[in-house]
Amino acid sequence: MSKNLRINNKQFVDETRKLSFVFNGKKLYGYKGDTLASALLSNNIHLVGRSFKYHRPRGIMTSGSEEPNAILQIGNDDALTEPNVRATEIELYDGLICNSQNCWPSVKFDIGGINNFLSPLLPAGFYYKTFMWPASFWEKYEYFIRKSAGLGKSPTKQDPDMYDHRYMHCDILIVGGGVSGLIAAKIASDDNKKVLLLEDKELLGGSLIYDDNDISKIDNQKSSEWLKRLIDNINNDKNIIIKTRTSLAAYHNYNFLLARQNLTDHLSVNDRNNKIRQRLYKIRAKKVIISTGAIERPQIFHNNDRPGIMLASAVKKYIDYYGVRCGLENVLFTNNDSAYETALSLHNSGTKLNAIIDIRDNSSSEIVTKIKSLGIQIYWNHTIVNTKGYKRIKKVTVMKLNDKGNDVIGKKIELNCDCLAISGGWTPMVHLFTQSGGKLKFDNKDNIFVPDKTNLNQLSIGSAKGDFELDDVLINSIKDTKKFLQIENSNFDKIDVKCSKEKEKKNIWLLPSDKPLSKTKPFLDYQNDSTAKDIKLALREGFKSIEHVKRYTTTGMGTDQGKLANMHALGIVADTTNTNMGDLGTTTFRPPYTPLTFGTIVGRNVGQFFDVFRKTPMHDWHVDNNAKFENVGQWKRAWYYPKDGESMHDTVQRESKAARKSSGILDASTLGKIDIQGTDANEFLNRVYTNAWSKLQVGKCRYGLMLNEDGMVYDDGVTTKLGENHYLMTTTTGGAANVMSKLEDYLQTEWPELNVFLTSVTDHYATASVCGPNAKKIINKIFKDLDLSDESFPHMSFKEVKLGDINCRVMRISFTGELSYEINVEASYGKYIWEKCIEAGKEFNITPYGTETMHLLRAEKGFIIVGQDTDGTMTPVDLQMDWIISKKKYDFIGKRSLYRSDTIREDRKQLVGLLTDDPNEILEEGAQIVKDENKKPVNMLGHVTSSYFSPTLKKSIALAVLKEGKQLKGQKLLVPMINKTIKVTVSDTVFLDKKNERING
Amino acid sequence: MFLINCPYCGERDQSEFISGGEAHIARPKQPTELNDDQWAEYLFMRKNIKGVQFERWNHAHGCRKWFNVARDTSNDKIEKVYKMGEQPPKL
Repeated sequence: MSKNLRINNKQFVDETRKLSFVFNGKKLYGYKGDTLASALLSNNIHLVGRSFKYHRPRGIMTSGSEEPNAILQIGNDDALTEPNVRATEIELYDGLICNSQNCWPSVKFDIGGINNFLSPLLPAGFYYKTFMWPASFWEKYEYFIRKSAGLGKSPTKQDPDMYDHRYMHCDILIVGGGVSGLIAAKIASDDNKKVLLLEDKELLGGSLIYDDNDISKIDNQKSSEWLKRLIDNINNDKNIIIKTRTSLAAYHNYNFLLARQNLTDHLSVNDRNNKIRQRLYKIRAKKVIISTGAIERPQIFHNNDRPGIMLASAVKKYIDYYGVRCGLENVLFTNNDSAYETALSLHNSGTKLNAIIDIRDNSSSEIVTKIKSLGIQIYWNHTIVNTKGYKRIKKVTVMKLNDKGNDVIGKKIELNCDCLAISGGWTPMVHLFTQSGGKLKFDNKDNIFVPDKTNLNQLSIGSAKGDFELDDVLINSIKDTKKFLQIENSNFDKIDVKCSKEKEKKNIWLLPSDKPLSKTKPFLDYQNDSTAKDIKLALREGFKSIEHVKRYTTTGMGTDQGKLANMHALGIVADTTNTNMGDLGTTTFRPPYTPLTFGTIVGRNVGQFFDVFRKTPMHDWHVDNNAKFENVGQWKRAWYYPKDGESMHDTVQRESKAARKSSGILDASTLGKIDIQGTDANEFLNRVYTNAWSKLQVGKCRYGLMLNEDGMVYDDGVTTKLGENHYLMTTTTGGAANVMSKLEDYLQTEWPELNVFLTSVTDHYATASVCGPNAKKIINKIFKDLDLSDESFPHMSFKEVKLGDINCRVMRISFTGELSYEINVEASYGKYIWEKCIEAGKEFNITPYGTETMHLLRAEKGFIIVGQDTDGTMTPVDLQMDWIISKKKYDFIGKRSLYRSDTIREDRKQLVGLLTDDPNEILEEGAQIVKDENKKPVNMLGHVTSSYFSPTLKKSIALAVLKEGKQLKGQKLLVPMINKTIKVTVSDTVFLDKKNERING
Repeated sequence: MFLINCPYCGERDQSEFISGGEAHIARPKQPTELNDDQWAEYLFMRKNIKGVQFERWNHAHGCRKWFNVARDTSNDKIEKVYKMGEQPPKL
């Protein structure tokens, strides 16, 4: 630390706690309480980065979240490093490592700096214009453009940090812990409201807390002293929850807001272990008060971007809060009174101020009068036309403005400086207000956009609503808060505020220079290197909308989102096009206000917590028996059970052979199950399924197909009649929740007269499905007293039996085409019954099979899977399932749609079978089917939906949807693939056991 | 994320609900009597207006009841919540 730069005895920086940090490989020191920026400045380091496009040297410009230049790479760990961190926001900790970005080989000597000299060749839209042709070269250009683009480097390893989410509710949310927010919090708390107060800095108090001059007084006390007492009061207030280091990211409708709290970023790395790094608060507030303050504007002149050029308010904060001088030879450049407070701070700290340049003709306010009395040279009606100094400002060139303020006259004056503090007035932080849907209006007096109309229960106060002087801020905040909260009296009603009042105002969006604009570089957006020239070029080239100008010039599109740049861009567009700024409008303010890490957004929902997953009661058995799993909806379903290093193909071949030759067992617990009861249950089924249910007897099962009202197949499954008014419906695994919703919808809204009750029982029952020629023998071993004869227990029937104390529902139904029984038991007995089947089936080589084998077995029989062989565009007729449509029923869901002009077309896509000419060739699911591949464009007739190699048939089989498929049986078609064309023949959809003999064993 | 005042459970977060599109479109009692155009009118035609729109919502992660909502699509303000079978409010 340079002794000349650090002023001691500042209450916010603890000089007893020295901290070391490393910047670009060099070890430096700062104190607890410093930001990285204040620590760098105390070491006389301004140059911290290079600009994005021209690689110009850039220094720390601000003291807050609006910082465009001082964005650094923090840390050097592959997993923990973080790019684009604003040095002005990160608190210094012991061992902090940081590096400059966007420069090579170093920030002091950067090869890319050549772009600065090439800048006449790099206007706005350069990349769009230059790399357009030849179009085929884009891939080559892109490689180099991407290489030279970008700022910091993303971490390359998984983020090891822990993040958290939390919901919060409050009566009043106050965003911003400056003086107006604190007053509002106190008024609300005194009215017994539950208040949540958010402040993005470490400490409450905003900018008034370090305001040490004697001109501003509250209740006859120094304003900072008065504020400290208020903060003490608020810290002990039980109605107020305070969250510091918490920045509001997004303000959504209905007063739903997201805020991010930093919990460990200010700690040394060793102190962070096992602590949550950041927490995202999801806040629902009855009322919201926005007191986010304002940020200072720069001024736009030639070479206004050199290291050492800073906002005047930042220079003041570095002196008064951190005790750091930003320079030893200072010059101020302003268009308003607030910079004179910086002048006073410089003077009071014994820091040399060489001159003040003010574009106004004069000012007679109290603070300016005070500065005049100190004998500081003030150049009224003057502007800066140029600056010098490559890596740090050395000189400014000053000239007089003409009467109109659009040109400069007279002699050039050169002034020495190593720090130039600039102020162009203030911009209220209306980001949150507009994010929430609020509409702005333009205030011509201060050239600012201020909050106007909103639909929400919210209020903006303080400088966030455009009050900049202390008396206005306090008195209006008190008045507006009382009105907003409908309070008659507050403890602040007799407040007495004294402060200097600004009388003269002058604003020039683009200051004139002695050189033509084309020869100057007046920067608007420092981070993206866009200048006033670029804005004018965009306007000349025909861009009119501010949104288009923004994108063409990239103004406001950096990591700072143009917090400093946007107002001047608007101002210059308005001036150039002779438009009122209020009519021009602003670009859209989008969340987040400052960047969020992905970790904060996802919170705990990572890895195994990414989504819930459901396991069947038999899951552990599958795991123990080496099952591979597939995700079906949220379910983990056993996919196949490889043995001794078997491939998936070999496993599926073995499993399906066993099921056809002796016996197999499938965990079918995931199928959706809906318990239907009520006197109108039968009528209800008649209305929701395409087929007839009236004659179904108790103890019988029936397959049903459910359509959407548009006639397209929606779901299918077997429903069993358990009792006179009691049914158990099964649905597809993935469709269960949707089917339940749909049935409830019809019952509640279309047919409330039906006496029907639905209960989802998917999770209440577990299902083991035993199939194969030996299935009957196995079931007989388990249920010795159960009559399994075809007469007593035929296909598509059901019996309820007991196994000890366990109630078992046994259904004889088949999805494989084999003799098959499904045993349903209460879920807690699922694993028991499964193991019972395995034990009983041992002598018959009972083979557990997964979903893949199930798919193969059903495809051999031509049974569809809704969602695989159908896609929401298939009617039952398209599926060649005309048999399931009742001709007798007057109505059912989707019936009318089955004879719309579109659904009765003959040339719709229809489900068919496909056999490859080479029986060993397996088609790819999703492959396209064509008749003639030479005639271009090739006419696509359909695609393969299911394809397997059948070990029983010893050939490849497939299902497909094919235009006019029903007419094409026996036709030869082609399936073109990348390297070859496969010849296929259209076939029947049933490949095995066309007479359905196997279901009887 | 807005709040919906479920007529059966009270005010809850939007994430507990699913939207069911335009309200007050009754399924025709005699679909077979309708020609293609009339059936298509029921099946496909939905309003999408800027302003107050009557919608069906379902408290899917709550009581699972369907009900009606009058919502201003321009700002998501909910003017009224009312039960199935009740008449829409006059606005």
